[in-house]
Amino acid sequence: MIYLRLFYEFAKVGLFAVGGGLATVPFLQDMAKHTGWFTTHQLADMIAVSECTPGPIGVNMATYTGYTVGGPVGSAVATLGLIFPSIVVILIVARILKAFRDNKYVEWAFYGLRPASTGLIAAACLGVAKIALFDTGEQAFLANALANIRWNAVILALILWFFMNPGMFGKKIGGNKVLKKISGLHPIFFLAAAAIVGIVFRFAG
Amino acid sequence: MKELLDLFLTFARMGGLTFGGGYAMLPILQKEVVENKKWATNEELMDYYAIGQCTPGIIAVNTATFIGSKNCGVIGGIVATLGVVFPSVVMITIIAAFISNFAELKIVQDAFTGIRVCVFVLILKAVIKLGKTSVKDAVTLCLFVLVLFGSMIFDVSPVIFVLLAGACGILAQVFLQKGGAAK
Repeated sequence: MIYLRLFYEFAKVGLFAVGGGLATVPFLQDMAKHTGWFTTHQLADMIAVSECTPGPIGVNMATYTGYTVGGPVGSAVATLGLIFPSIVVILIVARILKAFRDNKYVEWAFYGLRPASTGLIAAACLGVAKIALFDTGEQAFLANALANIRWNAVILALILWFFMNPGMFGKKIGGNKVLKKISGLHPIFFLAAAAIVGIVFRFAG
Repeated sequence: MKELLDLFLTFARMGGLTFGGGYAMLPILQKEVVENKKWATNEELMDYYAIGQCTPGIIAVNTATFIGSKNCGVIGGIVATLGVVFPSVVMITIIAAFISNFAELKIVQDAFTGIRVCVFVLILKAVIKLGKTSVKDAVTLCLFVLVLFGSMIFDVSPVIFVLLAGACGILAQVFLQKGGAAK
């Protein structure tokens, strides 16, 4: 029963992905590895699509994955699975709002959860780097890493990084008004620019 | 019934208009929920956001459940939540159908190969931003490094790391507080 499985897998994400948005990415990478529903390449594409469409990223990811696995019904089931634990938890918390907010154990648990969630997303980020910047399969990655590095992708990454974070390149560059404006643009503009570069320079090879 | 419909439509409109979710949604919630509909006060909204940070799930979804349940009970919470995700589900389903039909085209592959590079840079930027607020001292730095390498080396579900880190957070704080009291 693929729908039940979809619901269950996404409910797990909804229950354990703490901190919203990109916190779902490491769980989806894990899902890609163990279910075979989508590849890590498709996952990176899903993240791009989510950034370009309205609505919470986690919901978009669930819908997209659900669709690729089980069509329109799959997309609805996966999304319902994702939001189900939130609804239950919030309906309970709403009754004990103040007690929950002031509970020191909750606060302490999150003291540990937040850096862990950041660590998981950082590992997911390296996973995306592997498929975006290198031209290699899963096997013997480290041995062939240097031989398979895609220099055009690395250069594009550095240029994008520069325009998104001019503040990191000293006060003079960071203070530049035009650069500041560019860095404040919505991610959709950077994704579109990267798409155009990819088409013009035939990135897929 | 009219109230429920109003909840659904209002949250559907907000879900369809915010790019990026989470914090991008806050100004729109303030305008619609606090100023126009008066379903919650600004203080309540900030509380919901704070709790949304410390509960599982997506912040926009959690906030919708809160406001819906406050005004129309459990049913209201469910209706508002379905409303906020409705536009995304419809839109992404259409896009997904579109992409799966065009994925074979060379031009689409070129575009997505470029886009993946940008996705990497966007996530890296988000990680640095998250790290600034979540990695504050030696304990949190340790947890960050351990989870980062642990999740790359061991093939286990991220769920394990989340559970262990929560437990470590509590233990570390109990230990720190005791140490502080002894002094």
